[in-house]
Amino acid sequence: MKVPTSWLTEHLDLDEGVTVQDLVDAFVRIGIEVDDVRPLQPVTGPLVVGRVAEIEELTEFKKPVRFCRVDVGESDDGTDKADENVDDDDDADDGPFEDDGPAGIRTRGIICGATNFAEGDLVIVALPGTVLPGGFEIASRKTYGRISDGMICSASELGIGDDHSGILVLPPSTASPGEDANKLLILDDTVLEVTQTPDRGYTLSVRGLARELSNALDAPFGDPASIEVPEAESVAWPVHLEDTEGCKRFVLRRVKDLDATAPTPWWMRRRLMLAGIRSISLAVDVTNYVMLELGHPLHAFATSSVKGDLVVRKAKPGEKLTTLDDVERTLDVDDVVIADDSGVISLAGTMGGASTEITPESTDVLLEAAHWDPSSISRTARRHKLFSEAAKRFERFTDPQLCAVAVEFAARLLRQYGDGSILPGRTDEGGVEPNPPVTMPINLPDDVAGVRYERGVTVRRLSQIGCKVNVGTSEDGTALVTAVPPSWRADLVQSADLVEEVLRLEGYDSIPSVLPEAPAGRGLTDTQRRRRSVARALAEAGYVEVMPFPFISDSVWDSFGLAEDDVRRKTVRVRNPLEADKDRLASTLLPGLLEMVQRNISRGFKDVSLFHLGQVVLPGPNPLPMPSPGVDRRPTDEELAVLEAAVPPQPLHVAVVLAGLRGRAGWWGAGEQANWADAVQAARLVAQAAGVELTTVAADQPPWHPGRCAQLRVGQWPVGYAGELHPKVVEALGLPPRTVAMELDLDAIPIPDSRPAPRISAYPPVLLDVALVAEAGVPSADLAEALREGAGELLEDITLFDSYQGEQLGEDKRSMAYKLRFRAADRTLTVDEATKARDAAVAVAGERFGASLRT
Amino acid sequence: MSEANDKQDPQAGALVPETLTAAVKQAETDFAAAADLDALAAVKPAHLGDQSPLLLARREIGALPKQEKAEAGKRVNEARQSIQAAFDARRAVLQVERDEKVLREEVVDVTLPWDRVPRGARHPIATLSERIADVFVAMGYEVADGPELEAEWFNFDALNFGKDHPARQLQDTFYVGEEDSGLVLRTHTSPVQARTLLHRDLPVYVVCPGRTYRTDELDSTHTPVFSQVEGLAVDKGLTMAHLKGTLDAFARAMFGESSKTRLRPHFFPFTEPSAEVDVWFEQKKGGAGWVEWGGCGMVNPNVLRACGVDPEVYSGFAFGMGIERTLQFRNGIPDMRDMVEGDIRFTLPFGTEA
Repeated sequence: MKVPTSWLTEHLDLDEGVTVQDLVDAFVRIGIEVDDVRPLQPVTGPLVVGRVAEIEELTEFKKPVRFCRVDVGESDDGTDKADENVDDDDDADDGPFEDDGPAGIRTRGIICGATNFAEGDLVIVALPGTVLPGGFEIASRKTYGRISDGMICSASELGIGDDHSGILVLPPSTASPGEDANKLLILDDTVLEVTQTPDRGYTLSVRGLARELSNALDAPFGDPASIEVPEAESVAWPVHLEDTEGCKRFVLRRVKDLDATAPTPWWMRRRLMLAGIRSISLAVDVTNYVMLELGHPLHAFATSSVKGDLVVRKAKPGEKLTTLDDVERTLDVDDVVIADDSGVISLAGTMGGASTEITPESTDVLLEAAHWDPSSISRTARRHKLFSEAAKRFERFTDPQLCAVAVEFAARLLRQYGDGSILPGRTDEGGVEPNPPVTMPINLPDDVAGVRYERGVTVRRLSQIGCKVNVGTSEDGTALVTAVPPSWRADLVQSADLVEEVLRLEGYDSIPSVLPEAPAGRGLTDTQRRRRSVARALAEAGYVEVMPFPFISDSVWDSFGLAEDDVRRKTVRVRNPLEADKDRLASTLLPGLLEMVQRNISRGFKDVSLFHLGQVVLPGPNPLPMPSPGVDRRPTDEELAVLEAAVPPQPLHVAVVLAGLRGRAGWWGAGEQANWADAVQAARLVAQAAGVELTTVAADQPPWHPGRCAQLRVGQWPVGYAGELHPKVVEALGLPPRTVAMELDLDAIPIPDSRPAPRISAYPPVLLDVALVAEAGVPSADLAEALREGAGELLEDITLFDSYQGEQLGEDKRSMAYKLRFRAADRTLTVDEATKARDAAVAVAGERFGASLRT
Repeated sequence: MSEANDKQDPQAGALVPETLTAAVKQAETDFAAAADLDALAAVKPAHLGDQSPLLLARREIGALPKQEKAEAGKRVNEARQSIQAAFDARRAVLQVERDEKVLREEVVDVTLPWDRVPRGARHPIATLSERIADVFVAMGYEVADGPELEAEWFNFDALNFGKDHPARQLQDTFYVGEEDSGLVLRTHTSPVQARTLLHRDLPVYVVCPGRTYRTDELDSTHTPVFSQVEGLAVDKGLTMAHLKGTLDAFARAMFGESSKTRLRPHFFPFTEPSAEVDVWFEQKKGGAGWVEWGGCGMVNPNVLRACGVDPEVYSGFAFGMGIERTLQFRNGIPDMRDMVEGDIRFTLPFGTEA
């Protein structure tokens, strides 16, 4: 909300010397953010009021250009007319201005590009020598073939508004030509833009902001809502409150015989302009002005358009309303509306309807102020995306006691400035209970803050914000304070709310800094430590960690070549995605990771190895219904279990992608292309960091190459896959050839109970080699496992050092050569013993896979 | 083996002192002339080998009269020792020369690039999250986790966000699943507060770093996916002064010993009183000063009640800071996009620490 400081301080009795900065600091100190402080820019030189005497349209140019004769209060003899002649007669506004002008009046010729003014209008003229905001200096100059002897100003040129669509036309009789315009503009002012928190609806008004300043600065406050509301003699218009939940109070006042053409007084226009609100007509301006001043939105109906009694009710199915913004809206049965015999005429608290809109001919208006249910307004505003100034205030709670005051204030302004007469009747249906009292120990603010406040602070601060405060004693002798919150503070419902008021007004800076002593903690959990170890191991192995967003497109599964029933296609949808085609939450880390590989490659890198540790979302086949337990108590264990089960599992995955060279090329020689084995190696690094043994078996799992994909297992449990990506996938995604990847579910790997220390034998080893010939299809890991089992516990280590296929072995045969290291725990092993163990190993390999010793 | 010797009576001449002295001299001259170890080895047999003058002379001692044997033997030995010493000395010199030469010849340009093994790195957001966790673990806190796709009940209801309260709209929430799914991408790490209180025994001191989501378009100052760290302490007798002390300690750990915090009243549904936290630190871009860091407050009794904690007995405080913001302040990162795009040029310089 934007507000000039002059308006705020009008209601405050401030000490001399309180600066704008003091006001800003006060706001910030008590919790109202000040986003912008914009002092109006001074204007120097002769800025005067002028009256447009004559307009000559210059038609020879592509855009409208006017050459105006403007009376700026100079007489023929060069003296200032305004000095001697206080004001023109009112009749000067009525008829067209005489071209010749009264004798003795001199006019100035000024070129103007705007067309929103007429002869006789009062305008603001910057005469040559004036310097406008931004250092814009006005001089007499030739333009469009004429001498322009000054400038007719717009609000934005004067720095008092954003409207630069036309020049600023003053209401008639505001001033006389030649008067110093600075007196009208009051440029010695500052516009503050403040942001209120959603719990404090009352601060969306000058009334509320000034009250806050009064509390912060301990300065007397004059409540602009202290208006005497006369007794009503009858109703202003018949109203039936049907929806008493949506509408708690409904007040109407009627003003007749309004001069529809009466202008909005300058002071009001100026304030609206500085608040960023466009002037429309007196009736509309008055409702806006009262809303800004008091914080209570008003609506004005053109009485002549209202057909029969008004009804406040919920909308009926299919009902429609064309709102003031000329949009036809289909209403929801949850929308609260105001209807008459013709149907719905207003979307309650949010926006009025077009059929009863105030027009330039309206001389009879019904002023409405109602107390709407904040939740209902919030839903309607969201549903129709109508975040009007009124809705913004109603959904944050308005002061229900203000309804009658607000219409009275508006009615009086219409009487004063529009010559209207206020009819004696007033409709006032419904009513709002006062806020319930809140009781708390009087020392609670001290206990919450950790501060010993001065005696009486609690009572003083609560009284200051408008509470009715009583002090008492509980049965156990505790001093208590009971506060009845003021009508505008529905947010004060529990003791913590009162505590906050005391603390913030006393100032958070008075709270000391004390470090609490937490009980001894247990450090990170094994799972948390493992996550760190895995990440560090991969980083140290040359992978760069990235954190892609989890938003992916469904179409990626086709690029991946996934079967229609692949479980990874089962994803949850984001209903309001930022990119329409990326509306799925990733069930695998690979799409995001591959996108980052592509980005790096597109930025000129050829060799990229990345990793990502992150949650994936794996919804079950059918979403479970989500319960909504109350919040007035702890959910039962059953409720909690159901609630937690309805949140899809989100295991922590780790994935790597390598593209290009794994070993770099350089002056030392050629590089080494990353291959499937690097992906498996990455999985082994993860397993090692996790303290488990990983085994691999061949797998056919898209998006991997069907012949170059290893399923990763811990024990018998599959935990992931590693290998080269399918050539078609690589092609579809535009990745470098032979890109390899690994992904595994870290949460599926059990945390080892302990890591028992190995026993180290200091006896010498016996090293033996063995080469086996077996079918080429026998997996090397299985063959090694057979050897390991057959060799027994004397075998300390087995390493494959050669793999060979050739004609001499026979078709489909492969020779695998292993180095075996034997060692005994308790003695020096003899070669004989080792050889026996080797022979046993070969026997098992022979038995299991038909492998024979290569001769 | 000079010609002069050949002409002499071999038996008598070989043992005379002059001959021996000449042999020593000759050996010394030859050794000194050897330019390297190979040359030295080549001349060695002539002076110390089986056919060298001294060895030949020794054989003749036996033929001498008994009374001359001892004297002659002594002379031969002395001569031999002299030659051996000359040899050893020369060899030592040549060995040093050779070693130096080898090292000279093996000189390489050590400034050649050697980045054959690719380097990796942790993402600074990840490592900073860990650093933050460590700061709190050192204070006795434990680290709590929670899911990123979260039940609205945890993200909003349990945290005292009214169903239609404008505060719920302020969060720019990603809604997930069908209309009635009750699921959102968590808009803050605060749902972990509720999960923690529902599952842990009191007192509770936890931090939760993690990813959070809001529907902000990615630009230089916003990202729809970002990281927060949540802190929660619930115990008997905790006050706002304890909150302030904790935040000050956190600020010092992040921004240096001289840094400090300041609280400004604010509104969050899940805390009352609530505050925004500003931090002051010396290394701030553009000079020492205050900058907004996060939000905090005393846990709202409604939150405690919804989690089964008696607000008459326990009180607590909570705070939440953006980790991207913290990293920006610490490392002067001008553009938020650098932290999310995954460009390796951004991440690599951080190595394994932030």
